[in-house]
Amino acid sequence: MNDTAGSGGGVKLKIDGVAKNFGGVRAVSGVSAEVQEGEIFAIIGPNGAGKTTMLNMISGFYHPDDGSISFEGTNITETKPSEIAALGIARTFQNIALFRGLSVLDNLMLGRNVLMKTGVLSAFMYWGPAQREEVEHRARCEEIIDFLKLNDLRKTPAGALAYGLQKRVELGRALAAEPRLLLLDEPMAGMNQEEKEDMVRYVLDVNQEWGTTIALIEHDMGVVMDISDHVMVMDMGEKISQGTPDAVRADPKVIEAYLGTTDHKEVA
Amino acid sequence: MAEQATLPEYMLQNARTMADQPAMRAKDLGIWKTYSWSDYADQVRAFALGLAALGFGREDKLGIIGSNIPNLYWAQVAAQCLGGMPVPVYQDSIAKELAFVLRHSEAKIIVAQDQEQVDKIISIKDELPNLKWLIYCWPRGMNDYDEDYLKSFDEVQAAGRDFDSANSGYFDAEIGKGKADDVALMCYTSGTTGDPKGVMLTHENLLSCGRIFAANEDVRPDDDYLSYLPMAWVGDTVYGLVISLLVGATNNCPEGPSTVMRDLRELGPTGIIAPPAVWEGMLSNLQLKGADATPLKRMVFAYFNDVAKRIEELKFDGKAIPGGLALAGKIGDFMVYGPVRDQLGLRRARWAYTGGAPMGPDTFRFFRGFGINLKQVYGMTEVAGLVSLQPDDQASPDTVGLPCAGIEVRIAENSEVQIKGPGVFAGYFQQEEKTAEAMTDGGWFRTGDAGLLDERGHLVIIDRAKDVGALGDGTPYAPQFIELKLKFSPYINEVVSFGDGHPFISAMVAIDFETVGKWAESKALPYTNYMDLSQKPEVLALIAEEVRKVNQGLPAVSQIKRFLLLSKDLDADDNEITRTRKLRRGFIAEKYGPVIEAFYGDQKEVELSLAVTFEDGSEAHVDARMTILDAA
Repeated sequence: MNDTAGSGGGVKLKIDGVAKNFGGVRAVSGVSAEVQEGEIFAIIGPNGAGKTTMLNMISGFYHPDDGSISFEGTNITETKPSEIAALGIARTFQNIALFRGLSVLDNLMLGRNVLMKTGVLSAFMYWGPAQREEVEHRARCEEIIDFLKLNDLRKTPAGALAYGLQKRVELGRALAAEPRLLLLDEPMAGMNQEEKEDMVRYVLDVNQEWGTTIALIEHDMGVVMDISDHVMVMDMGEKISQGTPDAVRADPKVIEAYLGTTDHKEVA
Repeated sequence: MAEQATLPEYMLQNARTMADQPAMRAKDLGIWKTYSWSDYADQVRAFALGLAALGFGREDKLGIIGSNIPNLYWAQVAAQCLGGMPVPVYQDSIAKELAFVLRHSEAKIIVAQDQEQVDKIISIKDELPNLKWLIYCWPRGMNDYDEDYLKSFDEVQAAGRDFDSANSGYFDAEIGKGKADDVALMCYTSGTTGDPKGVMLTHENLLSCGRIFAANEDVRPDDDYLSYLPMAWVGDTVYGLVISLLVGATNNCPEGPSTVMRDLRELGPTGIIAPPAVWEGMLSNLQLKGADATPLKRMVFAYFNDVAKRIEELKFDGKAIPGGLALAGKIGDFMVYGPVRDQLGLRRARWAYTGGAPMGPDTFRFFRGFGINLKQVYGMTEVAGLVSLQPDDQASPDTVGLPCAGIEVRIAENSEVQIKGPGVFAGYFQQEEKTAEAMTDGGWFRTGDAGLLDERGHLVIIDRAKDVGALGDGTPYAPQFIELKLKFSPYINEVVSFGDGHPFISAMVAIDFETVGKWAESKALPYTNYMDLSQKPEVLALIAEEVRKVNQGLPAVSQIKRFLLLSKDLDADDNEITRTRKLRRGFIAEKYGPVIEAFYGDQKEVELSLAVTFEDGSEAHVDARMTILDAA
């Protein structure tokens, strides 16, 4: 398998034997995985399986105690979150992390922070390159607004929106950074069926229209199985299965982790 | 400017005489983009020739489905350039209705706005034997479709440009073949009974009504209109597309259906036409926002609202306005009316019309009192949308206006309004017997509305001719009359009354979920959904009070004796109302049969299993228990 990532169906993200302990608790132990360019990769597992810890290690919030992570061939095991963001990885959070008092548009503009080049002074004067840059960023945000159908909410404070819409704005904020790898932490959590269907459609559209590689954590097995190219199943900090949704679904270990029995019954 | 015989000829003329003037604007990615008349003509030309390259020709039908976007208007005119007929359809129709219209109209090519509409068409493709091509305007999400009959709008235009270089005279020659009495538009009327009918309107029908409107109303080449009403409604074509082509005014397409109110405010159109539901929506919104304001602001608003009301009543009665009141009105204009007009986006509007259904007199007077030149227009699809208009100084909530010069109106013996004029349609598509039924021997169109002409010559509509009935004792009973009075309450969304052949009048009331919900919140009353809210004793009492108020103003025989609150709102998807929100009385009477029995059987409550239809056409049943109240 190709180790040097890049364009053309290579490995986007390589996780090699990573482990993480919190005090005496082994949150993640010796997990390896590869996310291919352009795919939707899902990490699933019961509560406390170590999914979010995995995501936090990829985005640099935690650093693994053991093992390595590389993005497009660059080792990012010890890289800071801000630098990882600048490399082209963006994420959303399980608990919404938006600026509640700012408008939807401003939240998206903030998402472009990592791409802004002009200094504080020229930005403050709003003159010359700073102005041109702002116009460019705004145009890009408008495309995202159109893409996520947020047109009527452009000027609405994010905090005033319904939960499902806030989740959508969060996706927008992550997209605004023009990531090459998008990490989604339970994008459908707490949503009703209709909101879930909308979100699934947007996630698929992002993947298909913009070719963005997506790694997502999700609790809702049904959704994951429908949209993912590959699924990794975790339990108690360990990888217990990996493969296509169909293969994973039929894996007895997965069934056991989810249902606590080896009865051959289909999951999800 | 020279008078032309067809709509495409006006387009060519405008592209010559005002090439750089704006013809159309659309809000795209947050910015209003302008298309000049020469852009407009270029876009139409490329698309028309692209259609020609796909084999579309004279008398072929072009289905159009989507919201108001420039591409769909260009498609409409492009079809007309080739002598074809555009058939705009309601985009929120359920699959069954959509399939009926597109099959019946024999649409050869369909232009769809986006993936959502494309999916709908693909799902009913098997029922459309005439369909050859499906063209989509917005490519988003369309990558993975491998249906071989799909093409993008841009592809078709590119093919059109190639076709143009190979056949340079084709476009002008095709337009030259067009005649005034060619069918230019096919609108399916939602119809309160039976399947929709395809109304065929000629260039002459559309243009003559456009000309009559322009002769009676102040329309100017630099006017701006907002194109926000469904393209399938004849008014959008006549008062948008046709007027724009006739005088060179600009049509502005909103960003999307959800942004219309904001876009209206940003644009500030110079004239606007809206059905009563839109005006009522604006008013309840205003009242809702008002209720959230500070006490001082509420007081100021209430005071000047009262001033406006008194001035308007005096004006209406033709009495002089005392100096003090006139002064208060001036101050009110500065402090309240002007800002409200601005908030609504009606600051620049020289005229505003309501039509399509009756409007509550209080709503009507409210807008007039606040300095908005709101008037009534009357028309229907079969007469190209225009019969009568109210002149500025004769606006009144009671009439639908003075029949326009050039359009004849007469009242038949059964008090039905009948019409003769240049706008009267060419017939229903492939339904000759229906066409014959709709026309008298002398060539008058039967509107089906019951009406009269008052002493000033204004037309007054009482009800649908077939709906006017009588109570058991012979007292005449016009259901709409009573329903309207109740519907003016901000807490009430829809009302269906019964009485024909019964001993007294009873009514089913659908509450306004938003305002009643807000009211419940203010009373700290918990509720889960519409059904739950509608059966709360407190809400029942609230509506009982509204009924009592209405009853007070009615003679004893015309009062509502019993009523109940529906556990779900009336919905076009359930066939209870039309897409233009008119009641389908026959259907409702059948569906709610047990309710009627309960009303007149002296029952205290009624249990009903209601069918609910979702947008994809699937159905579910919901059981509901509704309490019947005796009105005070």
